[in-house]
Amino acid sequence: MRKTLSLLLFSVLVSLGVAAWGAEKTLKLGVIAELTGDMPAVGASCRNAAEMAVKEINDAGGLPVGKEKMKVQLVVEDNAGKADQSAAAAQKLITQDEVLAIVGPNASRYAIPASEIAESSETVLITPWSTNPKTTLDANTNQPKKYVFRACFIDPFQGGVLARFALENLKAKKAAVLYDVASDYNKGIAEVFREKYEKLGGKIVAFETYTTTDKDFSAQLTKIKDAKPDVIFLPNYYSEVPLQVQQAKRLGIDVPFIGSDSWGSNELLTLGGADLNGYYFSTHYAADNAAPVAKKFIEDYEKTYGAKPDDVAALTYDAFGLLFGSIKSAGKADREAIRAALSTLPSYQGVTGDMKFQADSRDPIKSAVILQIKDGKFTYFTNANP
Amino acid sequence: MSEGIVYWLQQVLNALQLGSIYALIALGYTMVYGILTMINFAHGDVFMVGAFFCFLAAVYLGLPFVPTLLLTMLGAALLGVMIERLAYKPLRHAPRVSAIITALGVGIFLENFTLALAPYPKNIPMLLENVTWNLGGVSLSSLQLIIILLSLGLMFLLDFVVHRTPVGMAMRAISWDKTFVPLMGVPVDLIISITFAIGAGLAGAAGTMYGLAYPVIDPYMGIMVGWKAFISAVVGGIGNIRGAMIGAYILGGVEIMVAAFLPSTYRDFVAFTLLLLLLIVRPYGILGSPRIQKV
Repeated sequence: MRKTLSLLLFSVLVSLGVAAWGAEKTLKLGVIAELTGDMPAVGASCRNAAEMAVKEINDAGGLPVGKEKMKVQLVVEDNAGKADQSAAAAQKLITQDEVLAIVGPNASRYAIPASEIAESSETVLITPWSTNPKTTLDANTNQPKKYVFRACFIDPFQGGVLARFALENLKAKKAAVLYDVASDYNKGIAEVFREKYEKLGGKIVAFETYTTTDKDFSAQLTKIKDAKPDVIFLPNYYSEVPLQVQQAKRLGIDVPFIGSDSWGSNELLTLGGADLNGYYFSTHYAADNAAPVAKKFIEDYEKTYGAKPDDVAALTYDAFGLLFGSIKSAGKADREAIRAALSTLPSYQGVTGDMKFQADSRDPIKSAVILQIKDGKFTYFTNANP
Repeated sequence: MSEGIVYWLQQVLNALQLGSIYALIALGYTMVYGILTMINFAHGDVFMVGAFFCFLAAVYLGLPFVPTLLLTMLGAALLGVMIERLAYKPLRHAPRVSAIITALGVGIFLENFTLALAPYPKNIPMLLENVTWNLGGVSLSSLQLIIILLSLGLMFLLDFVVHRTPVGMAMRAISWDKTFVPLMGVPVDLIISITFAIGAGLAGAAGTMYGLAYPVIDPYMGIMVGWKAFISAVVGGIGNIRGAMIGAYILGGVEIMVAAFLPSTYRDFVAFTLLLLLLIVRPYGILGSPRIQKV
């Protein structure tokens, strides 16, 4: 009796082992997301969309690589909203988990340090949401990095779109800017906005700064009020913008505010509520004015997570789309081959619009939209093409 | 009024608001130091937990402003006493470094405990009808007025308790001499607990007002504010209650005025250089006096 049992056990073990041996190899892809820290909503959207993209591929039997279909395995790392931990997460994914490619981090101040590691370790990194030009440029030579790509437009484009919007749509001749000087994204876009706005004939009457953990902006806002602008530009993250607008209103400032894609989180509405009604910001896509490809994504996402996908979710999904497309056309699970395929990928139709990488650039060419906050919802306002 | 004066007055109001909040927190640092010569680095995080208590009372219990404030102060006071009993009391005779490291540990515990329960920033609803008055160009909001007046009121109350009541006399006595005062029948443990309760209660009040003035709260909000309040206490002369209030208004004033009249990028650099210079001139702070080591 015991003999039969052990024989049975043995055969079960053997068959299990054979099954594992015979199973198709998996593709390992890494994600670095801001799951904790000062922008957890961004990290959550990124992880949700990543898991959804991978599940779709696996449900369809896997990703065709060469002649076989390979399942995709996701390794998600938290960067805790810190620059050093972003670099450490990239290092861990590349050397310990040996992933093929990385998606994330999202905010520029985390994407830049992580991109340095990816570049020196020769592993493809696609950041969904980092719009600062420095993310894809080598700090020493100012040439494009070889392995770092992004799924979004860049700040010089976005800054130009906003400068034109302020002048032409809002008829604002004088603008004030308040931005976080300790954050790469905010600083970059504030400077671009100033340059383009002045080139187009506007006048910057106040250009004020603060640092990341500040909650009191009264001194700067009083200064801005004194300068009498027609519009105030706040290129800051969604957790800070409501405070800035509320304090401005308390000081008696009643001019419109405009913002950049860092506003585009549903958390902005939860934290800011009615104070933000009527204001505009530029972003990557409009959920209420989406192309057919995007409609399906939005529906599926809402069904799975019970919330409208924000731009981080849409861009993460597109980053995976770009990655899957390039692995398919590379035909093998090899880091170098994926890089080569990605940089020559023909026009890709994503949730956030059509995009294509130019030969000498890692930044896709794509369009932006302007959204208006209306009755507690993001509403499509207008389009801005490159 | 001329525009220059309006601008200046507005910035003075801004500075008073910021200084009031720093002052309420600085008092907790300075009281604990006065009694135990220990720096309670967890105090900034008690303030943060206070803001979250305010959030809970306002959102889940739906309480109006005054009960929310009282409940938050009570909750924070209990937390302060608990921290003292569980974390600091066992180390009262250990080297002072151990107590400081424990305080840092308690702070990190509070941050991460809150983070585990509330990973997303929270929004505190408006508990008070906020009216903004325009006084000849200067905007004064009712919230600003309440923060400044309530802070001043609490500070005068504390000053009265410390200088005019038996409990306050016991506090000052323990601060003066820890060896002989207990022999006179002063219940040291009780007085130390009361000190922590008052300090943490004031931090709770600061958390409520901070939450109303800057209604987006997160588990890390106590770190920077805590540092600034600690600096206020040192500038005013740590251990001295009136010094902490003066130090807090100086720090708030310097921060606002530097941003008001110089490019705001220079704010922290200029503000902290000024404070360092002040400490070179008066190393024990404005109202502090050197402690004489008795052999």
